[in-house]
Amino acid sequence: MFLSRLRSPAVRDSLGIGIAVGAAGLAFGTAAVAAGLSPAQSVFLSAFMFTGASQFALVGVIAGGGSLVAGALGALLLGARNTLYGLRLTDVLGWRGFRRAAAAHGVIDETTAVTLAQPDRRSARTAFLTTYVVLGVFWVLFTLVGALATERVSDIDAFGLDAVGPAIFLGLLWPRLRDGDGRTRLIALVGAGVALATTPLLPPGVPVLLAASAAAIALIGTGGRTRPSSESRSEEVGA
Amino acid sequence: MSLWIALIATAAGCYLLKYAGMAAPRRLLDHPWVQRFAVAVPVALLAALIAVEALRGEGQALAWDTARMAGVGAAVLALALRAPFLVVVVVAAATTAAMRAFGL
Repeated sequence: MFLSRLRSPAVRDSLGIGIAVGAAGLAFGTAAVAAGLSPAQSVFLSAFMFTGASQFALVGVIAGGGSLVAGALGALLLGARNTLYGLRLTDVLGWRGFRRAAAAHGVIDETTAVTLAQPDRRSARTAFLTTYVVLGVFWVLFTLVGALATERVSDIDAFGLDAVGPAIFLGLLWPRLRDGDGRTRLIALVGAGVALATTPLLPPGVPVLLAASAAAIALIGTGGRTRPSSESRSEEVGA
Repeated sequence: MSLWIALIATAAGCYLLKYAGMAAPRRLLDHPWVQRFAVAVPVALLAALIAVEALRGEGQALAWDTARMAGVGAAVLALALRAPFLVVVVVAAATTAAMRAFGL
């Protein structure tokens, strides 16, 4: 029975994504230790915060000498999209009580995408659990490997590790730009512009928070008559 | 110690954001405006993080580092060629390291 399940598309997709994305924990372990976190702190974030973009944003602010409050706020702003994912997953998975509370920890970009692509509840649950467990285990293990390896590197710049941060955020932003419209690209440009313009004036971490205001562009022209179309489009959001 | 507290508090906050979506009354969050804004926020923040980290200088100043920017450019190229996430990161670091090794 286990073997037949192993061959199901739900499990196959979940394993592929879980392993590929989990291996990126290597990049997080590297970035976290380069920012000054200990390997234990890096692994703690991967195991308990367990949402990549927020983790990278937090250690990015710490690396730049920013305040912990600014770093935490940036991480929470980025983590707010998981609330929307949970909104859609709770109906698909149909869990209540303790199971729902436990499953909530696994609500991230990848588990949501794989789970919502399934045709029925049974395969949705299989896909969610497989992606969550495989990705989670790999993410934590590779974070540890990356953290321990980076701890032994004395000159971070010589290994080009200062290019790792921007490359990671590019990798996270790329699919959103590819799937988005012109407005999405405008939001990205304005966000980057606001952050760069205010960086020389404000404490580290704060410019990135200010950049979130660029998201208001998404709301322009969505009231009144355009309401029905914006509602139908919101159906695709979060997948 | 304060670093540990910040890490634990932020991790707890991120969990509560996930749980809120699964348990909160839907009417509260199911508005199209809320959805559009929440999807747009990561785009703005990620773009800001790219810009600030790519051009980070001493203290609060911005600075152009040719080796680092070559790494960022290599990452863009790798993404355009549909390389996997980890390959993109390794290509960026390797490009920057190679530029520095050659003294560029």
